[in-house]
Parts: sequence; C-alpha cells; structure tokens
Amino acid sequence: MADPALTLQDVRFRWPGRASFGMSVPEFRLDRGESVLLLGESGSGKSTLLSLVCGIVTADAGRVDLAGTDLATLRAGARDRFRAERVGVIFQQFNLLPYASVSDNILLPLKFAPERRKRAGPDDAARLCTALGLPGDIIQAKAGRLSVGQQQRVAVARALIGQPPLIVADEPTSALDAATQDAFLGLLFDQIAAAGSSLLMVSHDERLGARFDRVVHLADIASVERQAA
Amino acid sequence: MILRLAFGSLMARALTVSMTVLAIALSVALFLGVEKVRTGAKASFADTISGTDLIVGARSGSVQLLLYSVFRIGNATNNVSWESYRDIADRPEVDWIVPISLGDSHRQFRVMGTTQAFFEHYKYRGGRSLEIGDGHGLDDLYDAVIGAEVAATLGYAVGDPIVVSHGLASFTHHDDQPFRVAGIVDRTGTPVDRTVIVSLEAIEAIHVDWQSGAQIPGQSTPVEQIRQMDLSPSAVTAALVGVKSRLQIFGLQRWINTYPEEPLLAVLPGVALQELWQIVGVAETALIGVSAMVVVTALLGMMAMIFSSLNERRREMAIWRAMGARPATILGLLVLEAGLMAALGALLGLTLLYTGLALAQQVVDSAFGLWLPIARPTGRELATLAGVIVAAALVSLFPALRAYRLSLSDGMMVRI
Repeated sequence: MADPALTLQDVRFRWPGRASFGMSVPEFRLDRGESVLLLGESGSGKSTLLSLVCGIVTADAGRVDLAGTDLATLRAGARDRFRAERVGVIFQQFNLLPYASVSDNILLPLKFAPERRKRAGPDDAARLCTALGLPGDIIQAKAGRLSVGQQQRVAVARALIGQPPLIVADEPTSALDAATQDAFLGLLFDQIAAAGSSLLMVSHDERLGARFDRVVHLADIASVERQAA
Repeated sequence: MILRLAFGSLMARALTVSMTVLAIALSVALFLGVEKVRTGAKASFADTISGTDLIVGARSGSVQLLLYSVFRIGNATNNVSWESYRDIADRPEVDWIVPISLGDSHRQFRVMGTTQAFFEHYKYRGGRSLEIGDGHGLDDLYDAVIGAEVAATLGYAVGDPIVVSHGLASFTHHDDQPFRVAGIVDRTGTPVDRTVIVSLEAIEAIHVDWQSGAQIPGQSTPVEQIRQMDLSPSAVTAALVGVKSRLQIFGLQRWINTYPEEPLLAVLPGVALQELWQIVGVAETALIGVSAMVVVTALLGMMAMIFSSLNERRREMAIWRAMGARPATILGLLVLEAGLMAALGALLGLTLLYTGLALAQQVVDSAFGLWLPIARPTGRELATLAGVIVAAALVSLFPALRAYRLSLSDGMMVRI
C-alpha cells in the first residue's frame, strides 16, 4: 500500500463563534499520487473539510495528517508555511488577485514557501502556462483581464508551481461550460500526473467522476450536525 | 513583490484611493502652508526693522511702542517733547537718531513726518536700505515720498498733488497746504510701503493754524509766510536710535527709562518682538491645532475607507491565506497600503504647497506685504511628513486588525 498523502482520523470540528455547524470525519485517506473526487451538495461541509485539510482551521479532536505531519502539532505560523509548502489550492472562481499580473499570481505561493521556491525553475510559470494551453504572452497580462476559463487555468498553474505533493480543488469547473470543463480537466490531470501530486477535488457534479481513481460521497465519510439557529 | 502587489491593489481601487490621497494631500498642504505663513509672518515682522538699536517713545508698553512706531498699528499715548528728543540726540553714545511724527493720514494710509536721516538709517530685511526708484527725496517743504503700495493703490505718480488729512479717518483736510509726490520708494514688504513720508517741518507747517487738534476759525496763514517761519517741532511721536557701540545699548536704555524730565520708554526692537510673539503664540498654537485636526480628519477618512473596503476584499484575503500568507501578513499588507497612501498624500501635499507658494508668492507679498520664501523643506517639515505616514500606519491598524480576525474566521469559506 502506498504512503498516504493525507489522512483524517476521528476528526471533530465546530466553527468558533458559529456553534450551529459541526462536522465529524471518522476516517478518510488519500494516497500519494491518487486522485479523489469528493461529492457533496452545497452546505454538506465541503469547504469546512478543505479548510481542515489545508490547516486554515484546526480540528477540535482527532488527527489531520498531511504527508505524515499532524497539523495540530504545528503552531499557527508554521501551519501556514506548511500549507504553502505542501498544498496547491484551486478555488471555484475568482482565484486570482485581479490587479496583479499572471506571473505574480502564479509565483505568489512561492513567496511563503522557500522549499517550493527552490524546486521551481525560473521559467516554470511560463512553462506551466504553455502546457495549460495559455498564450505565451499572457504571463505579463493583468489577471483581471483574462476570461474565466483562462483564469482557472492560471489558478492551476499557481497550484502546481514548485510541485506541491497535494492539490486541493474546490469545484474548479463549476464556472466553466461543459466543453471547457472537459478540456480543463484533461489539462489538470496531465499536469498533476507530470508533477506527481495527489488531487483532492470537491464537487457536486457526479459526471466528473470518470477521470478519478476514486469517487467518495462526503455523506459516507463525514457527518454534519446542524442546530436550528 | 509584496510591495508591487500592494501598489497594484491600490491602483485597482484608483478612484477611492485617489480621493483619500487627495484628502491627505490637501490636509498636509494646509498644515505645512499654515506653518509657512506663520514662520513667514514672523520672519517678515522680524525683517521689518533691522540695524535699529533702540526705539524711544512716551512711556507705555514695549509692544505698543514697537507696534505704533514701526508697524503703524495703534496709536501713541503721548508724545516725546522736542527738548527730551534733543537731550537724547546729544548723548555721547548716540550714533544717529531718527525722529518719527505720526498722527495724520492720507486716505487709508498713515502720514509720517521724519528727516532725511530716516532714509539713511532705516534698514529692513537684514540691513537693506530704502531705495527711491522714482523721483527724489524730501527736498522741498511740501515734498512727500510715498510707499510703493500707496502709489499702486491710489495710482499716484511723481508730481501728483497730495492733501493730508488731519488725524486718522478724518474729514478735515489740510487742503490749504497741498503736498506733491516727490518720490516713490521701491517695494520693501514693510509698513513703509503703506506710508506717506513728509518732513518733520511739514508736519509743523500744516498745523500752524491749528490748536488743540482743531483749526483756529478764520485763520489761514499764507504758504509763503509759513515758509519763512521757524518750523522746529515741539514734539515727536517716537525716535529710532542707533548707538556707536552695542555695549552701550543697555546703559543708554537705562538712562532714557529713568529720564527725570519726562516719562520715556526705550525698547530693544528684538526684545519687544519677542514679547509680541509671546502674545501671538496662543493664536499660533490654535492655528496649528486646527490644521493638525484637519490632518487627523483626513487620516480618519482613510481609516473609514479601509474599513469599508474590507468586506469586498475578503475574497482577496482568502486567496492570500490559501497561498500560505499568515494573518500577520494580511495585517502588514493593509498597514503597508495605508503607509503608501499617506506617503503619496504627503508627496502630493508637498507638491501642492510649493505650487501654491509659487502661484501666491507675488499676490501675498503685494496684498499683505508678506514674503513667503520658497525654500527646501526644513527638517521640521520633513519630520511632520514622516509623522503623517507613521500616524496613517497606526490608524490603519484598526481595520487591519479586523481583517486579521476576519481572515482567521473566514478560512476558505468566502463565496462572493
């Protein structure tokens, strides 16, 4: 069995100041190089799970292990740095700082991740853009001027730069039309395979499942409790 | 890169940011402008009299004596008798003495009786002498030399007639003895610009038929007869004195202040000016206080602007966080943006100030006799600018701390 890229064990979490929403994950595992699609309706706790995996919030109980490190053992600052080093994040949309150039957007995570910075070559940003089918001169363009599809591909380039072991994607295709979605996923999988990263994508769209190693329903691994406010 | 991104973020919100920067710039320009006018006015006052060791007048207050004798503000309480004046003039310490006789006016301008010595010994702005650019000095009994502003305001040229009025703001005129403009003094930026200068004898001459401040009814001595009369004055208003050695100033001052025949007062112009500053100081402080409040208001405006932008920037904050930025980085980013805005505002304010100075310098000089020098920013002004930037950074801590807390609680949940 391969090394796990990510494991969650007996995790319980409640948003501070928002007592009405609680989540618990008895067990979840993502192997190195594996791609998993996590299906769930909106409000099912997908974003909370991603926040836990990225170490933006910490579990009240249980373990979240990222590449063998229990996130709870890290102090807040170290956790932020750990995230920058190990995780590439792709959002649903509005991924980029619209006022910054494409190049600055792609290189931003390296600012907080010295080891990833060392791994990234000087031309990696441009190389990734070309590999993702973006025009060569786009690198200096303002991110806010790009089409939504282009922005999502730049977000992929940003997540992949410096080859982080885990890519986390939060419905990255929901803003794209069906034809573009397929092309986008093709490019995403090619580049993730090239980088050797694992992929954890959350979505509500079951049709995407075909490309993934595994499809998991969020309801099967996590239970969410809600109290009427 | 962080600096470039902060700058880019500001540029992306160019309209609100430029409004904020403009508000800071205007407040900074106002603050520095008030400071310039204040120091300029001080320097201008201090420049009005130079090279005079003592001012002598009837006993009153030193500030009052300075104001009426040099600045033509207010009036003398009493005169100095001609005998006392001669006694002082005859003192061995005295190098030169210039009598000043005030009390009459021409339109809104004061008439001052004096001697040729005034043109030789009155100095302003670090020892500059009066220059009669047009015409000549007081040669004839009925010659008048006018200041540049008198000439400009009333449109007088050399040779024009002038009728002196009795007293100030008066309806009785010495129209039986008209004067003639003999010369016009080049602009000095001092009260001389607003003065009509005649000889001491002329002041006597126009009052020949007057007694106790009123014309003796029916009496009008012909001008030719007046010219033959002894026109030695019986009193003067004040006198400017120069001593031979600066060491003798205090001795002479003490002698005049204890003069037994008549209660007199001798003051050092510099000391009297210092007293004046002490009085004006309160108003100065109030002025600085008000302009400082304007700067504070502009900074509070900036704070409000940052606060109101926080909500629409939560998405941006979430991106920074997801990329690995610590909440402290977000806080630093907002403080950096505020510092940048304040620095831009300070620079623009400085530019506005100098542009304003360049445009207004001539106007202010001719309208108020106030010369505002255009010089490099002083250390104090630069310290003020640095203070504004630091204050902006401090003020921005409030919204920045809120962003810090938001970015902690939002996580990656923001869906905008």
